Amino acid sequence: MEEKRKGAVLFSDYERGSAIKKLRDLSREDILFELKESKLKGRGGAGFPTSTKWMLTAAAKSDIKYVVCNADEGEPGTFKDRVLLMEYQALIFDGMVIAGYTIGAKNGIVYLRGEYSYLLDSLETYLMKMREDNLLGKNIAGKEGFDFDISIRLGSGAYVCGEETALIESLEGHRGEARNRPPYPVNTGYLGKPTTVNNVETFASVTHIVMKGGEWFCKHGTDKSTGSKLFSISGDCSRPGVYELPWGTTIQELLDIAGAENTKAVQVGGASGICLPKSQFDRKLAYEDAATGGSIMIFNEERDMIHIMNNFMEFFVEESCGQCTPCRIGNAKLLEGVKMLESGEYTFKYINKLKELGQTMQVASKCGLGQSSSNAFLSILENFKDEIFNVRKGGNHGN
Amino acid sequence: MLVMEKNQLTEEIEVLIKKYGKERSSLIPILQDIQKQHSYISDYAQQEVARLLDIHPVEVFSVISFYAFLNSSPKGRNIVRLCQTITCDLAGKKNVASAIERELGIKFGQTTPDNKITLEYANCLGMCDVGPAMIVNDRVYYKLDPEKAVSIINEIR
Repeated sequence: MEEKRKGAVLFSDYERGSAIKKLRDLSREDILFELKESKLKGRGGAGFPTSTKWMLTAAAKSDIKYVVCNADEGEPGTFKDRVLLMEYQALIFDGMVIAGYTIGAKNGIVYLRGEYSYLLDSLETYLMKMREDNLLGKNIAGKEGFDFDISIRLGSGAYVCGEETALIESLEGHRGEARNRPPYPVNTGYLGKPTTVNNVETFASVTHIVMKGGEWFCKHGTDKSTGSKLFSISGDCSRPGVYELPWGTTIQELLDIAGAENTKAVQVGGASGICLPKSQFDRKLAYEDAATGGSIMIFNEERDMIHIMNNFMEFFVEESCGQCTPCRIGNAKLLEGVKMLESGEYTFKYINKLKELGQTMQVASKCGLGQSSSNAFLSILENFKDEIFNVRKGGNHGN
Repeated sequence: MLVMEKNQLTEEIEVLIKKYGKERSSLIPILQDIQKQHSYISDYAQQEVARLLDIHPVEVFSVISFYAFLNSSPKGRNIVRLCQTITCDLAGKKNVASAIERELGIKFGQTTPDNKITLEYANCLGMCDVGPAMIVNDRVYYKLDPEKAVSIINEIR
């Protein structure tokens, strides 16, 4: 269906169930130690250290705990989880079982976005097979007292539910509105119990780390961004698809791999990410430089940056949950601003006000959606100001 | 709504509550199943879900109004959701959309007079590498062009 490039970490060989069987000889501490060694960070984009999250959930005092797999892959331009969910179920579910063992949870929940409901049957079938093989259920892999099972819940078309506290609200049967933090889900999560919420790709990485060790994982990537990353590449290139590449790959290298020509701009990190011009194509894809949950969208010379901005802002106006003012009103105001730029009916005074508003949204919004929704607007305005203010004149788009 | 229909709906909801449990966390799966069966969640269904889960009907409505895939007013038997997000947009979404609109004689956001098809836009469907993409009911179609999209629509007409 699409291009796929296998790298040395995530797409390396793995025999289903083998990491779960290995748990017989490992203690919780052993796993937390390897995770710490690996320096694995959350693959959803925020980059929180996985070992810290699991350590906190493991340390939380409660008889009931939960493992939640965030498969609400909604960021525009991201589709790597789709590929993992279709072809690499073993990596994901085995990773969840490892999480259950490590933090002391008996229940795992996959929150699958409603748009991926066509994957549900094959995932349920796979879980049944795991139960038959004693990779789920009671005394898993013959380990006395180790019980764990996984259920799947469908989302219903809300981007904000990819935010972990909104996701938990949704699981509990509420509107997907983000919660105030603290308390964090590691203490007060699903149904008020300690919960670890991790991205699909994070669980997949954990499975490999348990098999091959944290030190092996660190051999790939950079010092601060270890391991590899699945990049979802789309837009103006001849080979779009999912590519596993080590962290630290530059944007230009990635463009060459994907067969992109005449590239004007690259949107790194989806609609909530930043838009980079040619002069910054030597930047590295890594948590410490250009960070991304995997979304890379390529725009060539023919593309109209205001049109792109407009599309992103329409997206956020629709997807803002509306509970906090900076995000609800801010995104609507930025969209109005884009329309002004489009028609040429703007003053610099007002555009500068909008830039300030964008910065206010970054600090004043309640959750990650509002905090990052002005990124595209601000970075396109900054990096493509020549095109936006000079080439276009008073409503004449030149086409 | 006829009394018989009401009774049948109540029975259906009781079965769903048995299946998912009488907890608040069962609300969304219950609503998703009703939506799937009836293509929308009627006022009466909302009241019955609220009564049987022991929550206020407004709570049920507020959840339905939040999620794009749940709705409280009737829609067509088939729902076509065309991705409007940037990569599908740049790959030719507009031409696909106009071709479908011309063929059905309705605009996006509307339902055909025979109640067969509702046209909607959706945000990123996660098919960015193979856009333009759309979901018809639970099936996904990709690499669309106007002709291909229209032939898919004609199959469900």
